[in-house]
Amino acid sequence: MIPNTRPQEILLPVTTALIAVTLLGALLADLVPLPSRAYAMRPDFCALVLVYWGIHQPRRVGFTVAFLLGLIIDLADASLFGQHALVYVALLFAAIGLSRRALNFSLVGQSLHIMPLLFAGDLIAIAVRLLAGDELPAAEHLLGSVIGAVLWIPISVLFRLPRLPRTSVDRV
Amino acid sequence: MEATPPPFFKRGPSPAFRFGVFATLAIVLMVFDARFKYLEPARQAISIVLYPLQQVAAAPVALLVRVAEYFSDQSTLREDNVRLRDDALRQSAALHDLEALRRENTELRGLLDAKDRVSPDAIMAEVLYGARDPFSRKLIISKGTSHEIQAGVAVVDGNGIIGQVTRVYPLLAEVTQISDKNQAVPVQNVRSGLRAIVFGNGREGTLDLRFMPVNADIQVGDTLVTSGIDGVYPPGLPVARVTAIDRNAALAFARITCAPLGGIDRRGHVLVLAAKRELPERPAEEAEPAVKGRKPRRGTP
Repeated sequence: MIPNTRPQEILLPVTTALIAVTLLGALLADLVPLPSRAYAMRPDFCALVLVYWGIHQPRRVGFTVAFLLGLIIDLADASLFGQHALVYVALLFAAIGLSRRALNFSLVGQSLHIMPLLFAGDLIAIAVRLLAGDELPAAEHLLGSVIGAVLWIPISVLFRLPRLPRTSVDRV
Repeated sequence: MEATPPPFFKRGPSPAFRFGVFATLAIVLMVFDARFKYLEPARQAISIVLYPLQQVAAAPVALLVRVAEYFSDQSTLREDNVRLRDDALRQSAALHDLEALRRENTELRGLLDAKDRVSPDAIMAEVLYGARDPFSRKLIISKGTSHEIQAGVAVVDGNGIIGQVTRVYPLLAEVTQISDKNQAVPVQNVRSGLRAIVFGNGREGTLDLRFMPVNADIQVGDTLVTSGIDGVYPPGLPVARVTAIDRNAALAFARITCAPLGGIDRRGHVLVLAAKRELPERPAEEAEPAVKGRKPRRGTP
């Protein structure tokens, strides 16, 4: 397999505003109330967007942001204070580590990189809660990371749109 | 040390170092949250930031629900209306009865010199959402300390007990449902007067009646109401109905499963019974009773 054979397009630089808006959007998406059946399987959008920026712009999104976002989600979910913070910080670290490798793959290949990452995040949360004295969650809870990995593809397409060059070549 | 050249760009500490720092911080936070209750100010501060975001996120769903209500068809509305009128009529008859009974009860209690039953103030609140945490069973309701809700008070709906307020924010409160693994409710069997404790097991729609002897006077279909001896739940509120009894003589206790009566659906309105009952001081030398959650189960046979 020869990586990097596909032509690389030149995109506009990522602005801080774009990162902030996408993270805020993910936070809002996580806060949407759903019927109880759907809760178990819901992907964690904040984790997904953090991993996205960790892979695409490893120097732009900081651990402080991931940590604070995790604390906010902890409060909204009524989970242990610091549980999501730990998961997000770990995911961001892993994403930064993956950033040189994952982008050489197609979107499907990238999403296959993301799935074990999100899965590991879930496992961290489960380990923490087991230590805190809670029981295992329902099995469909793990489906959330699979759905999250599938969502990687539309999210990648969506987040590229604001970075496309303003004037296209064939219009010049 | 001198061998490594200075970096071209200033990058700050490496990601691994930063990860270590923040992970440690998160673990410390969790330990403090789980073991001590020092983090309430931080929670309160974040909850104020969070509240408008939650409102924004909930707005489209609320709009959808309202649109769906608007288009709910005529026949459903008419049926609802007839049913509600029926209920109101039946309940008003029951209320008259209740009034007479209450007067009689007050007189009798006066004769017996017993303390009056206090009917607690009820505050209506809306269930905003069921908390997403898959490890516990909590609801978030729309009233908080600004509506004089305190932690520890009981929450009921029209059918029975839902749970207990476990954490209060200025504008919201967390309600732990009785089906949560760490919740226990002291109950009394309406038919036989037998007292027991109902435990949550972390699953929706079932409760366990534990530590009852195999020959206990309990039948399928018995209604359990709060006995009120814990001082948290006022006495006489419906809690659960017994759905299955497994009397295996080989075991020390019967395995009794109940279905909760309140909190069947997670949307709608609930009543927060605001007034905490005033109880006499607990005697100092008494050992801590194992009623309210947080007790390790390992020691019990």
